[in-house]
Amino acid sequence: MYFDHSATTKPDERVLRTFVDASESYFANPASLHAEGKRTEKLLERARTQLLETIGLGLTEGVFTSGGTESNNLAILGYVYANQHKGRHLLTTRIEHPSVLNVFRELEKQNFIVDYLAVDEEGRISLDELQAKLQKDTILVSIMHVNNEIGTIQPIEECAKIIHSSSRAVFHSDCVQSFGKLSLTDFADGPDLVSLSAHKIYGIKNSGFLAYRHTIRLQPIVFGGGQEHTLRSGTVSVPHAAALAKAARLLVEEVDMEQFRQWRNELVEFFSELDECKVLAPNASAPYILSVAFARITGEIAINFLQQQGMIVSTSSACSSKNSDVSHVIEAIHIPQEFQKGVIRISLGKHQTNEEIEQLKVAVRQLVELIRKGVGK
Amino acid sequence: MNWNTILIRYGEMSLKGKNKSKFIRKLKANIKAALSDLGTVTMRAERDRMFIYAEKPEELDRAVEILPSIFGIQSFSPIVICEPTLEVIKETSLKVLGKTETAGKTFKVDVKRADKRFPLNTGELQQELGGHVLRTFPDLIVQMKKPEILLYVEIQHEAAYISSHTYKGAGGMPVGSNGHSLLLLSGGIDSPVAGYMMMKRGVSFDAIHFASPPFTSDLAKEKVEDIVRQLTKFGAVIRLHVIPFTELQQAIVKQVPSNLSMTTTRRMMMKVAEQVRKDTNSLGLITGDSLGQVASQTLESLTAINEVTNTPILRPLIAMDKLEIIQIAEKIGTYDISIRPYDDCCTVFTPPSNKTKPQVEKVAYYESFQEFDDMVAEVASQRVTTIPSKQTEEDFEDLL
Repeated sequence: MYFDHSATTKPDERVLRTFVDASESYFANPASLHAEGKRTEKLLERARTQLLETIGLGLTEGVFTSGGTESNNLAILGYVYANQHKGRHLLTTRIEHPSVLNVFRELEKQNFIVDYLAVDEEGRISLDELQAKLQKDTILVSIMHVNNEIGTIQPIEECAKIIHSSSRAVFHSDCVQSFGKLSLTDFADGPDLVSLSAHKIYGIKNSGFLAYRHTIRLQPIVFGGGQEHTLRSGTVSVPHAAALAKAARLLVEEVDMEQFRQWRNELVEFFSELDECKVLAPNASAPYILSVAFARITGEIAINFLQQQGMIVSTSSACSSKNSDVSHVIEAIHIPQEFQKGVIRISLGKHQTNEEIEQLKVAVRQLVELIRKGVGK
Repeated sequence: MNWNTILIRYGEMSLKGKNKSKFIRKLKANIKAALSDLGTVTMRAERDRMFIYAEKPEELDRAVEILPSIFGIQSFSPIVICEPTLEVIKETSLKVLGKTETAGKTFKVDVKRADKRFPLNTGELQQELGGHVLRTFPDLIVQMKKPEILLYVEIQHEAAYISSHTYKGAGGMPVGSNGHSLLLLSGGIDSPVAGYMMMKRGVSFDAIHFASPPFTSDLAKEKVEDIVRQLTKFGAVIRLHVIPFTELQQAIVKQVPSNLSMTTTRRMMMKVAEQVRKDTNSLGLITGDSLGQVASQTLESLTAINEVTNTPILRPLIAMDKLEIIQIAEKIGTYDISIRPYDDCCTVFTPPSNKTKPQVEKVAYYESFQEFDDMVAEVASQRVTTIPSKQTEEDFEDLL
């Protein structure tokens, strides 16, 4: 039983089929002059158009990348380097993914000024603080849509309105955890740059996309033959691009948010009744991510126990799970000390069943029994 | 509140006299063709403007995207038609403005009162409406000169028209209202722009393209078809004639000294085009020549090339510089197609150097050793004519 869909998902069979078919029939280099190259290029461009349409938001440009990390890197470094003459102030939040945070840390070394927005105990930023921290020379704001560890949804539309109406900055949003599940297309105002990753949406690993507004100028961070309008050199993998476009379409068309909501409400209710547990961000979070903190035991102990019962959950984030320290997100939301090291993340996927949710509860109850008896004390 | 109508104001043709109805009919037909994909659209043309109606709002939204590229339209506005009474006009005005972001915008009411029986005169109605709007949208700033939002109210006998936004049209004359020509289309940046400029003057055209298979590829031909598709968006059906030019080119290379072969090639192209022009009832030939850009475009070269025909050659780009041409190509969406890197017939047999001042007598002398006219008639008759319309490429439906 797999409850770690926010770390990665199993590729959808139809997406794999596209990947295989495209690899067999559209293997030519899309930059080649011959007819086979042209056919491949057409598929690539069609995949790009379809993906941009799925994203909406008026973003008409896009680059295929190796995944969310590269998309985030290209969005931030690419924009900042190309536009540094406009200002050197940048704004982000304390709970971004490392592929965003570490880029800003790097930029700080290069004498850019970065402000990090604080979050409340649910992981939400304050719009007032955002408004207050915007400066005349702020050139980029990066705020994730859904937090990968605790699932908090940031008010992206309101952020966009504030940023666009009271500054010259462009707005980047890491939508890796939200894309396909939460609708971006309904926003009246939205981000200018959006990062996606294929493997979070039942696609193929090592594949991502950065969509952006046509007015945005980026500078490449990878150099070579000038592919992807010079923004990402290297032979483009058309099978990856096609598979990503397909995965995005399938998810958007088929996702059943009501079902997720139901499961999550059930689980929130279940965990809230246990004194040994604390649900993180119960109100502000996406329905497919639920982070829970146990008192008195570490997340690792909880994971190991649940694994023995056949259940795969993770600590707060796979990317930081190898670090023994408390994650920056958990630190930022200020939960009581006794809970800090006991965080696990349950993230749901489209093939989950009611039975699995029930079994998870049974296993957790057993774990809680053990905690009550003094395990891990 | 949904827009249900678009009001179209005519451009230059509104100045025309007796022929005006002909121009209007042409414009109506062009708009109808451009909007043919939209299901419920109907049209009504009056002497001074035209109305487009659609039942579905999304179809009108789509029309708003398409109309700016159709020649013969000065401007157009999505409007709401309502009952011409003060109360209804007031109420409808608010709904119309409700769709617009008003905060901090400058604003003005413009009233046209065609029905003089209306109880308030123009000034009174302007004041009344302005006051009414400002009570609901207090963040609007009244400004008489160049306001950002213009609430336009027109009172007719049977109805009032209300709009809050006017879009600029493409101007010019309806394509097809000023005769039919033949465009020499190479696949480069210039010739599509030349075609576009002539369309703006109301000229419709067929296009002729010279292909040199097997040296030039199907991709080069496809590129030209894509250009034609793009130009079709400006309101005309364009037929494309592709001429198999290889043999004729090889004969030229064999017969004419290399520094004059380019001049002869152009002359032969003109002759072939002349034949196609006659067959297609075209009146002129359109080229993308820009004076002095390359060796074939010096006045001397143009003279030598011109010598083979009496047909008017329309060269709308003759005095433009390359940057201006590129700007237009980008604007009309042909630039990205034109820069696709395929060889065309002109680059297949490029001589090492070209005469920039060819002498007509010498060119004619070398040509006299070969029965070129027979070959010209032959290749002209072998042309393949298509109407590149909707894309027929693979749809990748299974994959994506």
